[in-house]
Amino acid sequence: MIRKLVLALTLMTVPLSVQAVEPNEVLRDPGLEMRAREVGKELRCVVCQNQSIDDSNSELAGDMRVLVRERITAGDSNQQVIDYMVDRYGDYVLLDPPFKAQTLVLWGGPGVIAAFGLLWVVMLFRRRTKADGTQEVVSGAKVDPLSDKERRRLNKLLKEDNA
Amino acid sequence: MKRFLYVIPLLVLVVVGGFSILQLKQVGGGKAVNVLPSVLINREIPPFDLAPIQGRDRGFSSQDLLGQVTIVNLFGSWCVACLAEHPFLMRIKEQNLVPIYGIDWREKTRDAGPKWLAKYGDPYTLIGDDPKSKAAIAFGVTGAPESFIVDQKGVIRYKQIGPITPEVWESTLWPLIQELRKP
Repeated sequence: MIRKLVLALTLMTVPLSVQAVEPNEVLRDPGLEMRAREVGKELRCVVCQNQSIDDSNSELAGDMRVLVRERITAGDSNQQVIDYMVDRYGDYVLLDPPFKAQTLVLWGGPGVIAAFGLLWVVMLFRRRTKADGTQEVVSGAKVDPLSDKERRRLNKLLKEDNA
Repeated sequence: MKRFLYVIPLLVLVVVGGFSILQLKQVGGGKAVNVLPSVLINREIPPFDLAPIQGRDRGFSSQDLLGQVTIVNLFGSWCVACLAEHPFLMRIKEQNLVPIYGIDWREKTRDAGPKWLAKYGDPYTLIGDDPKSKAAIAFGVTGAPESFIVDQKGVIRYKQIGPITPEVWESTLWPLIQELRKP
């Protein structure tokens, strides 16, 4: 029973990768079809935005798949087909955008944010304990350790509380 | 110093929120905000040659666009936003402001486009039939309607994503067309 449940739950988390390539689109030559699939995986479906054209059921993605196959059959290299699409849609059509000036924020952004976060954490830990043993509380005021007199008073108060 | 740190998230919110509101206002005011700037702007139109739609004897090829400022408008009878902009295209045609060339995109049947045009009016000088997105992909189109302003030399000067509204026309398209017509 438990095993079945675990299996069912595990299967639920398996990402379903469904190919949208229609049977009538598939090329006769398996080698060319393989290349078409490689190209298709790299191209974004411009309608649905987070799927490759091979994964998307949108009509425009279907037409793009057909175009990819036409160009590959006509003798284009994979890179030539991809360049053809980038020429018309820009880097946006690539699911893995290249690193260049226009995509600097895209690639560098997360790193910069992570660096700020790290800096913040480091500052936080360094401020907790100062070299002279004094501690800083949230209000920002420095507090010296308890003096002997204060400690005796605190103990006395605690004892009263327990009694 | 610490107090100041707590204000930072609020500041970020105000900046991001303010920017969003500004963008929304611009869209609402009819200013064309290109979500994806076309890489084709200031480049020559892609070569294409489309067959005529049913009931017309001439199709539409890239050669037809040379020698005058034109609008290339991509539409389809299935496209609701195209119907929304259609009366305005008819007005452009009636006032003879600029020739509009149509790409009839992805019709399910051969007669769907012609029927739609018979019903709502036909503002197009020439129309090409594009059932397999040949021209649509060549123009880097992501959805309909999209319109391109093409100059005399066949260079794309502007891309309008979504319907041509009177506001966009007055603020952007018409001034640009007049500018391009100056010798």
